[in-house]
Amino acid sequence: MAQAQRRAVECGVPDAAPFMHPTLLKNKGNWKYHDRPRPGVLHHVAHSGDQVWSVRAGTQRQMDTYTIRTLCDIADKFAEGHVRFTIRSNIEYMVADQKKVDPLIAELERNGFPVGGTGNSMSMVAHTQGWLHCDIPGTDASGVVKSMMDALYHEFKNEEMPNRLHLSTSCCEINCGGQADIAVIIQHTKPPKINHDMVANVCERPTVVARCPVAAIRPAMVNGKPTLEVDEKKCMCCGACYPPCPPMQINDPENSKLAIWVGGKNANARGKPQIMKMVASGLPNNAPRWPEVNKVVGDIIKAYKADARPWERMADWIDRIGWPRFFEKTGLPFTKYLIDDWRGSRSSLNASAHIRF
Amino acid sequence: MAKPMHPTPNLDQLESGPWPSFVTGLKRLAKDKDYMVDVLGHLEHSYQTRKGYWKGGTVGVIGYGGGVIPRFTEIKNEKGEAVFKDAAEFHTLRIMPPPGMHYDTATLRKFCDIWDKHGSGLIALHGQSGDIMMQGCTTENVQKAWDEINEMGFDMGGAGPAVRTSMSCVGAARCEQSCYDEAKAHKNVINAFLDDIHRPALPYKFKFKFSGCGNDCMNAIHRSDMAVIGTWRDNIRTDAEMGKKWFAKHGMNELVNDVVSRCPTKALQIKDAKDVRGVATGDAHISSVALNDSQCLEIDNKDCVRCMHCINVMTGALAPGKDKGASILIGGKSHLKIGSLMGTMVVPFMKLETDEDHEKLVELAKTTIDFFAENALEHERTGEMIERIGLVNFLEGIGLDIDANMVTQPRMNPYVRTDGWDDEVARINAKKAAA
Repeated sequence: MAQAQRRAVECGVPDAAPFMHPTLLKNKGNWKYHDRPRPGVLHHVAHSGDQVWSVRAGTQRQMDTYTIRTLCDIADKFAEGHVRFTIRSNIEYMVADQKKVDPLIAELERNGFPVGGTGNSMSMVAHTQGWLHCDIPGTDASGVVKSMMDALYHEFKNEEMPNRLHLSTSCCEINCGGQADIAVIIQHTKPPKINHDMVANVCERPTVVARCPVAAIRPAMVNGKPTLEVDEKKCMCCGACYPPCPPMQINDPENSKLAIWVGGKNANARGKPQIMKMVASGLPNNAPRWPEVNKVVGDIIKAYKADARPWERMADWIDRIGWPRFFEKTGLPFTKYLIDDWRGSRSSLNASAHIRF
Repeated sequence: MAKPMHPTPNLDQLESGPWPSFVTGLKRLAKDKDYMVDVLGHLEHSYQTRKGYWKGGTVGVIGYGGGVIPRFTEIKNEKGEAVFKDAAEFHTLRIMPPPGMHYDTATLRKFCDIWDKHGSGLIALHGQSGDIMMQGCTTENVQKAWDEINEMGFDMGGAGPAVRTSMSCVGAARCEQSCYDEAKAHKNVINAFLDDIHRPALPYKFKFKFSGCGNDCMNAIHRSDMAVIGTWRDNIRTDAEMGKKWFAKHGMNELVNDVVSRCPTKALQIKDAKDVRGVATGDAHISSVALNDSQCLEIDNKDCVRCMHCINVMTGALAPGKDKGASILIGGKSHLKIGSLMGTMVVPFMKLETDEDHEKLVELAKTTIDFFAENALEHERTGEMIERIGLVNFLEGIGLDIDANMVTQPRMNPYVRTDGWDDEVARINAKKAAA
């Protein structure tokens, strides 16, 4: 039986005001300064004299409704029923009464939500969907992140880094996780395996040809069927052809590796924003805990923590010490694959006599 | 009670350790839902074989062309039947959050109720574009869930070649460094493009992001096609009492090493109080803050690039000026196809105070998207289009004047025809004279 179809109300982005904590709403645009009384707590003071303490806690991002309701229970008990989320999936509780801060922290910790992620700590990893939901993932995201955050739990809960440390993960070279001080990204090492029986039915072939950054894909006939072929000498295994043409399978349990990138920076603070650089590759896709990835990430963080000066982000630190010493201090090999040969790459070569000895 | 669980030896290992476990959450949902029992089995199969098994398709809601991310299982037996049949469909609804991602608990609880009823019970807060991701729903239930979410006053986000869901920082709601009303700009701009969000018909995706200052907490310059970054034109404001307090706590070594020497344009100097310049000495662009009774930190605001570093370190003692607004950068994107691009400065400064100012921002966004829709190739992002046609052609196309703030440096090669030089100089001079 046909039901009356409900038309969508195209209401767009809702107004933020009804959702905001009353102290934030009252002092909007009128804040004077902030400080951090302890890791995980921001203290903002308004020109009106009002104060608000924001307690930040880590979450697993992919949350079941029980977890969300638990977070809501805590907000109802301590924070007038309001919360907000950060770009890195941390939850923040605002309280206008300092006396609530410690009990709120205790309640969060008791329920398994670590308090931290502020200032010069390592915040939660910005991450993507992975095997749980994506249609093109080379690896999982939630699992890689869980294993890294377990290993680096102390660095989330304490402010012991030279400056803030942002990580991201991405399950393919599209890099949905974004720029970060340290990024873990899938790096395929073999050209796509093509199911020639499927291509003509599933793929819009000119579109696929146009997607290839190195013009390695061309139309072909195999077994009398129109399909596509890849010039494997040209192919650099980026996987750009796979989303528009799933029969060009790029993901491979053995040959899809993980690469580590460093020095991405979105802030304009000090130097201009920077695009991150690849420093390691060939790490195995070793679910469920990715120990090899964790080792490299841990080594980089250890070197940065020990050697960078206050306020130096990863990129600032490397600018000072130079790339040779970065590889020396982290113990990573500098291989020929790290010398750029993509367009514009000459600007990445050392055209000077500047050498640090 | 749901059916028995599949063995999940790999996923089980992600329940240990101190960080909150998504696997524990999935298992909690699987106690009552056959759907989630099979989602866990599906995910475990990926962990064992190290491959993904979801394919896309076409699922939507009435009236919209996007916003649902369809997922159908590819784990089939030899008869072509889904092995994890209760999780054969696992679609996501992308929902746009309020600017700044503020919520009251009644709203979050309502989301939970709707998603327990119609979906998997798994919600991601938030996706990398900023969406509330209601993850896991059958084709049959997508419309039912959407109807209830929409009744709450929430709308669907973008997917495919569309204007996408946006993000804005906490900004004016809680941050002293905010230079405009980020939430207002976010809502105004995005709500001017609802048709382009809900009915994907652009060459490719188009993202806006809104950050209240150069710290760019929303990663707008790199992660959006049009980045709105707060800034100011007048002098950094100072507070002597807080300056002295900061100096008493941190001392000269930190001032020199962490503040003065980290200024990217050497705009900071330590001066004896008697030598400090300012309005009194005819130097209106100088601001200064007292460190103690005899020494000051002097800022030459003509040299300052509004990077935010000194203000970050000495919050309260230093603050953005009062003549605030925003810079606009266009063309940020990630790797594929031509490589990562940062946005390019195209509007060094615009005011964002009055409704008219905000309307100008919306107009600029509309002009930019019109040009993008007309001129970009299929699957070409705005930054790639600008790389292909050149910045000058783009600026002429959207009617913006060139400005030396748009480049790091002038041209480094002679490969350009300059026979229009005299006319161009005459045009610039005429414009200056008319101003």
